[in-house]
Amino acid sequence: MYAFDFVKPKTLAEAVKALGAEDAQALGGGQTLIPTLKQRLAQPAVLVSLSGIAELKGVKAAGGSLTIGGGTSHATVAKEAKAYPALAALAANIGDPAVRSLGTIGGSIANNDPSADYPAAVLASGATVVTNTREIAADDFFQGMFTTALEPGEIITAVRFPVPEKANYQKFEQPASRFALVGVFVAKYAAGVRVAVTGASTEGVFRWTEAEKALSANFAASAVAGLAVPGGEMIADIHGSAAYRAHLIKVLTGRAVAAAG
Amino acid sequence: MPKDGIGASIKRREDVRFLTGTGRYTDDINLRGQSYAWFVRSQVAHGKLNKVDTTAAAKMPGVLRIFTAKDFEGVGGLPCGWQIHDRHGKPMLEPKHPVLAEGKVRHVGDPIAVVVAETEAQARDAADAVVIDIDELPAVLDMKAAVAGGPLVHDDIGSNLCYDWGFVEENKAATDAAFAKADHVTTLELVNNRLAPNAMEPRAAIGDYDFATDMHTLYTTSQNPHVIRLLMGAFVLGIPEHKLRVVAPDVGGGFGSKIYHYAEEAFVTFAAKQLRRPVKWTATRSESFITDAQGRDHVTKIELALDKQGHFLALRTETYANMGAYLSTFSTAIPTYLHGTLMAGTYKTPHIYVNVKAVFTNTVPVDAYRGAGRPEATYQIERVIDKAARELGLDPLEIRRRNFIKADEFPYQTPVAVVYDTGDYDATMNKLESLADLAGFEKRRAESAKAGKLRGLGVNTYIEACGIAPSHLVGQLGARAGLYESATVRVNATGGVVVMTGSHSHGQGHETTFPQVIAEMIGIPVESVEIVHGDTANVPMGMGTYGSRSLAVGGSAMVKATNKIIAKAKKIAAHLMEASDADIELKDGKFSVAGTDKSVEWGAVCLAAYVPHNYPLESLEPGLEETAFYDPSNFTYPSGAYACEVEVDPDTGHVKVCAFTAVDDFGNVVNPMIVEGQVHGGIGQGIGQALLEHAVYDGNGQMIAGSFMDYAMPRAGDLPFYKVDHSCATPCTHNPLGVKGCGEAGAIGSPPAVVNAVVDALQRAGKKVSHIDMPLSPYRVWSAIQNA
Ligand SMILES: Cc1cc2nc3c(=O)[nH]c(=O)nc-3n(C[C@H](O)[C@H](O)[C@H](O)COP(=O)(O)OP(=O)(O)OC[C@H]3O[C@@H](n4cnc5c(N)ncnc54)[C@H](O)[C@@H]3O)c2cc1C
Repeated sequence: MYAFDFVKPKTLAEAVKALGAEDAQALGGGQTLIPTLKQRLAQPAVLVSLSGIAELKGVKAAGGSLTIGGGTSHATVAKEAKAYPALAALAANIGDPAVRSLGTIGGSIANNDPSADYPAAVLASGATVVTNTREIAADDFFQGMFTTALEPGEIITAVRFPVPEKANYQKFEQPASRFALVGVFVAKYAAGVRVAVTGASTEGVFRWTEAEKALSANFAASAVAGLAVPGGEMIADIHGSAAYRAHLIKVLTGRAVAAAG
Repeated sequence: MPKDGIGASIKRREDVRFLTGTGRYTDDINLRGQSYAWFVRSQVAHGKLNKVDTTAAAKMPGVLRIFTAKDFEGVGGLPCGWQIHDRHGKPMLEPKHPVLAEGKVRHVGDPIAVVVAETEAQARDAADAVVIDIDELPAVLDMKAAVAGGPLVHDDIGSNLCYDWGFVEENKAATDAAFAKADHVTTLELVNNRLAPNAMEPRAAIGDYDFATDMHTLYTTSQNPHVIRLLMGAFVLGIPEHKLRVVAPDVGGGFGSKIYHYAEEAFVTFAAKQLRRPVKWTATRSESFITDAQGRDHVTKIELALDKQGHFLALRTETYANMGAYLSTFSTAIPTYLHGTLMAGTYKTPHIYVNVKAVFTNTVPVDAYRGAGRPEATYQIERVIDKAARELGLDPLEIRRRNFIKADEFPYQTPVAVVYDTGDYDATMNKLESLADLAGFEKRRAESAKAGKLRGLGVNTYIEACGIAPSHLVGQLGARAGLYESATVRVNATGGVVVMTGSHSHGQGHETTFPQVIAEMIGIPVESVEIVHGDTANVPMGMGTYGSRSLAVGGSAMVKATNKIIAKAKKIAAHLMEASDADIELKDGKFSVAGTDKSVEWGAVCLAAYVPHNYPLESLEPGLEETAFYDPSNFTYPSGAYACEVEVDPDTGHVKVCAFTAVDDFGNVVNPMIVEGQVHGGIGQGIGQALLEHAVYDGNGQMIAGSFMDYAMPRAGDLPFYKVDHSCATPCTHNPLGVKGCGEAGAIGSPPAVVNAVVDALQRAGKKVSHIDMPLSPYRVWSAIQNA
């Protein structure tokens, strides 16, 4: 770790101001950023902690949508997102209890790790990412591995999920990190089915449109069985080849549909 | 008999401090005026080291001094403790292992320079500013390529082949002849995957030097402080042992990786004198991955010759054993005498020949890791037997039973030098069959099939050699140390007992079990006994803890010393009761005169020893303190039979361990709970090796599984509830406690059970898969299914 200054504002406005400083960076739960700093892979001048800002926290269900504050911990989502059980289950299976107590949804999607769980839910739900300056549709938010539509200093204040009729997330864990080797989130809405895949693509989280089409016509695992595995460039590493990941996407999509009922 | 003596499952007393955060580990120690070391390490696996420029770094804030190889001119290299002679009687090649790299770097993590500064952050900042000029050379990683003319890891020795060992060389011709005549030969090529030990506590060391007394002290994370004192003092730094104290306080797990003498220990000891300030170093986890000696890494071809009935006629192997870039302390002994000697397993194979080629590569050194050579032996034997059974259409239990050494055939001389003292392999196998409910397997398999899962069953046996080791024997085999153990038993005037043992405890529970033995022998409560270990200033010369030797060797030394205590105490008691020594009996902490109602309490005798007013001073010295050294006459031979049931998900390749049963013969057991805990931990590591763990290098010699993001450690969720049993006990015949050793058994016996089970699951499902190399990750299993 290199030395840095640390501020912990109480309001969003103070945080926005603090983030205006040169080389300032937001600190959510620190579950990604702190290990990065320890490895000396980042050198911010100021860390602006968002953990003291009450308005960034909480889970609210209203009018068919569920809104989660950007600073809400995974543990809180697991406990309180009752209106969206598949999302609560996803949050309950991120990392370990320490990670879930500290890590936040805002931090997770701002980071957009290609193997993280939340991006699959946000994209499959067609959720809206709310920041201090604007609202961003999920389809526009994720822009490839570790890349998002966020501007420097922009803070995710909330994520708004339309609650689907049915949904399920299937995570196949990478044996070491227990992040998703492949994760597939399937969400069925009146307007159609959305399928988002994490862990697999070198482009980060993506929608498997062929599966969406097939499932919108017939929401059954058998509808996936006939599809070719998705194309696109898949990640290959010691835990699995590109072909293995592509295969898993299909298997997990079928299982998610079956589990969603 | 005290209720907490031998056989009682009392709780581990050391856990109170560990669970309440009051343990005292090396990193918890902070000395006045302490400075901090940060190592600058090679980022490349192989390279010519042209220049190390420390000019800019030396000017940075807080820097006290920067050390490079130049500072270590005239200092010795890190020694190897075991000299192997090859098939032709030629001594092994033994390259120098400098404290800091000289002229060349040989693995990622090889230390090049060290910054010592006022704070750790300053040392690290300055380390980033050290400029290193290296010409990268092609790295040699594959062992077969390394010996077939690959780039030389050590130019001066002219070869990457450390030794080409044959065991027993005289068996070779008869073994080959038996193969020529055999009805059936089963061949298997396999890899025993390289593991990173990953003790919970990373290594750490603090050097301290007292100018007034010219005394050096090293605090270090070691399993054997005396061995470090001897190796570092005599071979590296030239400090006589009476001027060097080595302290290994609480140590958070070792699994072998903390046996060896490491460069960082020598460095902090050396630098503390140069700087006249204590120097501290604590590894980061990332550093552990590239500097702690790693385990296993064998590539083997094994062949088993059988007759039509499945009787073993001969066994032959060729193994390439990775030494890494340098010879770690006991590296050379592991693939040889801790591996070749166990190749008979629990079976009567008349002819065995083992060939091992030890090879230098541009990787982290490899040395003993829980089991050390014996897991490698067991895995080969039990995998090839399973394959043979399948080829001959024999039941895997039946083929083993047909070849077992029978209970009435002990002591049993194997063709690979060792003599097993006791064992009953049919008994453990029978027990396994019932405890694991093997008869119910088909029913469970049908249940799994309903859920789309392929269930498989794997069984195996194992034998190991513990209680290392008879010194005269290992001396003949090339060990450069004796392998006895010592104990001083000090009885205080008020009757309490302190045992100073050379057996270091770092998870084994000696502080609990050793008092149980004393309590049993004397008849006093365990609370009256204290165990002191881990400090060369307080403990007589001891060889430390590894190879499941502590109770068998260290415990025996303690028993020997305690017997001396009891003999002397009886003389004092005889004097106090005006009786003859021969008539004194000790029971429940009381001395009595046989056939009378005269008695005297333990405490009164102890007091008399230190306040000798009424005491036979003319024939007996005052005091009650005895030291004993115990050198075992043979190894001990724990054995067992293990069964594993798995479910394979054919769509993803994921393997779930559904059940694991371990039936072990450990001889006598002092604390069943602790023994079971050791077995549980061992099986956890064995399943870890079989399914998860792999220290993988890429083609350039970068350790790509160099963090927990990629190195898969077993977690609770990966493991089932175990059934363990140690009721089939055949006590060791040659040590006073009849104990054998239980620390490594689980890690030795479990990997083949898991792999046999997965292969069984696939075979039963009609997939023609005869072997998958560990770790059986989902990806590997899925790939094997695809290719079947
Ligand atoms: C052991 C371990 C296991 C894990 N396992 C999983 C897993 O299984 N699945 C998974 O998905 N994740 C996993 N994670 C990651 C975890 O979910 C993190 O919480 C998450 O990636 C980052 O959230 P955070 O709040 O900790 O963000 P931080 O680490 O504090 O920040 C991450 C990045 O986001 C930025 N940021 C933080 N908050 C905001 C905000 N509100 N607005 C804008 N930018 C912001 C920061 O500036 C930084 O760039 C694991 C982490 C650990 C340590």
